[in-house]
Amino acid sequence: MKFAIPLGIFVLMAGLLGYGLTLDPKKVPSPLIGKQAPVFTLAQLHQPETQISKKDLLGQVWVLNVWASWCVSCRAEHKVITRLADMNLTQVIGLNYKDQPDDAKRWLQHFGDPYSVSLMDIDGRVGIDWGVYGVPETFIIGRDGLIKYKHIGPVTNESLETEVIPALKALLG
Amino acid sequence: MRVLPRILIIIALVFPGASMAAIEAYEFKDAQMEAEYNELIKELRCLVCQNQNLAGSDAALAQDLRRQTHEMLMKGNDPDQVIQYMVDRYGDFVLYRPQFKGSTLLLWLGPFVLVAIVLLLVVRKFRTRQELVEPDDTSLRRAKDLLSEDLPSNKRDLS
Repeated sequence: MKFAIPLGIFVLMAGLLGYGLTLDPKKVPSPLIGKQAPVFTLAQLHQPETQISKKDLLGQVWVLNVWASWCVSCRAEHKVITRLADMNLTQVIGLNYKDQPDDAKRWLQHFGDPYSVSLMDIDGRVGIDWGVYGVPETFIIGRDGLIKYKHIGPVTNESLETEVIPALKALLG
Repeated sequence: MRVLPRILIIIALVFPGASMAAIEAYEFKDAQMEAEYNELIKELRCLVCQNQNLAGSDAALAQDLRRQTHEMLMKGNDPDQVIQYMVDRYGDFVLYRPQFKGSTLLLWLGPFVLVAIVLLLVVRKFRTRQELVEPDDTSLRRAKDLLSEDLPSNKRDLS
């Protein structure tokens, strides 16, 4: 009985610290999920004279993948995003974040271009609006323009199958 | 061979500014706005370098968020609006000082609750100890009598 209280405190602390170990401090929960996607108007990477804005995409489910040619983990993610795009479930739109257009085009030429269209966010302002703080990031936007899902860091084959595709299928009905 | 590192160390010591994060030279409408800006970049966290604020970070995102802060102030937003803008996009984590609300109640009040519990325990312990130490009048008199009775016998033993 003498040890009941210290033991109780120990178990409580161990439990809390153990739970803390399962959390990833790099993952900051996005306050944007369930909210309207930020309004944007951006020029296309391959046709800078044509712009695309949020309005053009209303009424469809789409995926926004934030990437850059300087981003190393985007290379690892690239084949997973390509796999997703090849499934033809939805449009996968690239947000080329804080990149040089020439570098971005070369990167896509070299690795292959999975995006139905790539948008240029050269100065990162649209990225701020979307709460982007680490590249790559992946969003799913619903027909109503709401952000339904956000993935921080490279999408792996596993998270593609367990999270991204189920979320998309649920939205597509 | 080891001259170069030494020279670099000397340079770093003589010019501490050279090793500090580059801070953009922004212009402000007045001194108050500049003070607000400096306060904001101290309060806002750089999200990629998690334990630094915007003022202390040279990360690209920190630079962009400093620019955003400056632009918003120049457009006439007050500091609360800038903070709300950041929280709307990056969540409470962007704040070094979490807001006082339901989900942060434990964070803000927890330490005070702990101090209160400890104080309560200390007071209780102190009280019980006092009760043990403090003798009542009769036992005090008895103790005195015993001591004075003992004295002569002690002397006898000694002599």
